[in-house]
Amino acid sequence: MNKHNELTRRSLLVRAVAGLGALTLAGCQKVSESTWFSKVLGAGEKATYKVQRLLLPRKAMAQEFTDADRSPQFRSNGTSTPNNPQYQALAANGFADFRLEVGGLVDRPMSFSLADLRALPSRTQTTRHDCVEGWSAIGKWTGVRLGALLETVRPKPNVRYVVFHCADPMEEDGSSPYYESIDMEDAFHPQTILAYEMNDQTLPVANGAPLRLRLERQLGYKMAKYVTRLELVEDYSKIGGGKGGYWEDQGYEWYAGI
Amino acid sequence: MTKSKRAVNDGSLYYRHSLPVRIMHWLIVLSLPILLMSGLNIFNANSELYWGKSSYAGSPPFLALQSREGDDGEIVGMTRIFGHKFDTTGILGASKNQEGELEGRGFPSWTTLPDVQWLAMARRWHLFFAWALAITSTCYVSYSVIGRHLRRDLLPNKMDWRSIGQTVKDHLHLRHPTGEAAKEYNVLQKLAYLSVVFVLIPLIILNGLGMSPGMDALLPGWVDIFGGRQSMRTIHFIVSWALVAFTAVHLFQVIVTGFWNNLRSMITGKYRIPEEAKHE
Repeated sequence: MNKHNELTRRSLLVRAVAGLGALTLAGCQKVSESTWFSKVLGAGEKATYKVQRLLLPRKAMAQEFTDADRSPQFRSNGTSTPNNPQYQALAANGFADFRLEVGGLVDRPMSFSLADLRALPSRTQTTRHDCVEGWSAIGKWTGVRLGALLETVRPKPNVRYVVFHCADPMEEDGSSPYYESIDMEDAFHPQTILAYEMNDQTLPVANGAPLRLRLERQLGYKMAKYVTRLELVEDYSKIGGGKGGYWEDQGYEWYAGI
Repeated sequence: MTKSKRAVNDGSLYYRHSLPVRIMHWLIVLSLPILLMSGLNIFNANSELYWGKSSYAGSPPFLALQSREGDDGEIVGMTRIFGHKFDTTGILGASKNQEGELEGRGFPSWTTLPDVQWLAMARRWHLFFAWALAITSTCYVSYSVIGRHLRRDLLPNKMDWRSIGQTVKDHLHLRHPTGEAAKEYNVLQKLAYLSVVFVLIPLIILNGLGMSPGMDALLPGWVDIFGGRQSMRTIHFIVSWALVAFTAVHLFQVIVTGFWNNLRSMITGKYRIPEEAKHE
């Protein structure tokens, strides 16, 4: 074999490989923007949901911590003061006039004052809050057990999800209120609570007063703050952007167990 | 060296890599760069590393890629590691975006997937290829243990252990096995492959899973074996760079021991045995 030819052939091959590498990379960037490909990749996270649900016992508990493990200050993430006049009026009055509406596919739609909620079975837990960004913080939460609350309104048999409607608008102009949804397995998990206390104090506005969801086996964005209304539904595709939550509508996964 | 490689042209090809090994090798070659780059995009969403059960366990991050405004109003990229501060503008902490302007970001856009800061999409890439890596490496481990790959090719034998000093010396002089000896992996190769397959990849998967609030509930408290959830994020990050280091050395060895011969053997399975070296 002629050495010169071989070298040219090889340098051509090297260039082809390098070119292919660069193209692949550019292709990866490009393909991220197409919906179909994003859906293919989304299969990974769908599989995670299925496998975690198979693997995890229904009542598997998230780790609980001691007071000493608590973060000195529990970081306020997302909205810290909802830009909503109605909410601000309620807050100014110490939420004395606050009502949590619970409706949708239920036999007995009801509304609850904070005193009503405090009278229902509660739970206190010191847990770690994992943000999708990668940081975590540990805090102590007390709240009404969501399962106990839902039993009082008698969900219809076809209910599959609980939707949390919130008081904090995500757009400057006051539109696009935050919302989230979870399935019934999570709703009836013993650690799933609507918290009204954080670190033995009334829940501060920065952390979602007067009520926020604690869903300890999923990431922080599932744990809606400033919850004002629960809606029990069979399907969430008609609510908001149709993906089951504010961040889900921005491309994050509905199941945030990973 | 070149001589011994080119001299062999007698068509004596040795079947070195079985088909399953070749397929799994290339699946991992595809997965690792995507996992690294999407991982760096995810890291950029919170470009700090902590040790402990949370990010507020009491000590400052031991690694932080940050940005601040300099005296002249320009953005400065800073790397803080164990309390030491370095100006790393242009690479870490602050680098140029698509428009050519400096902006605050942990790792630069050319190292991340997607190139723009886009956590939701980076997570899709990462968690899809995490499945690919987990499934491929589980298949690889089962194949090696059940088949003869592990015992025949990967576990060092007595001779290997005895030859370790000499092998290190040979590597430093870039002297490589020829003839019969070239049919088998040398001891350093064996140890490197074993540690990737049985230590680094299991470790990176386990520490990735440790960041999952769902998986943490499987056995409450298991993450504390590794020092807590934020420690696992740190270990996950360190192991990813250990894999980068392995890949760099691996590629270097692939090139210096006959790039095309090695590449062919990983595609067709057939490896041309370098002729016994004459004393030159």
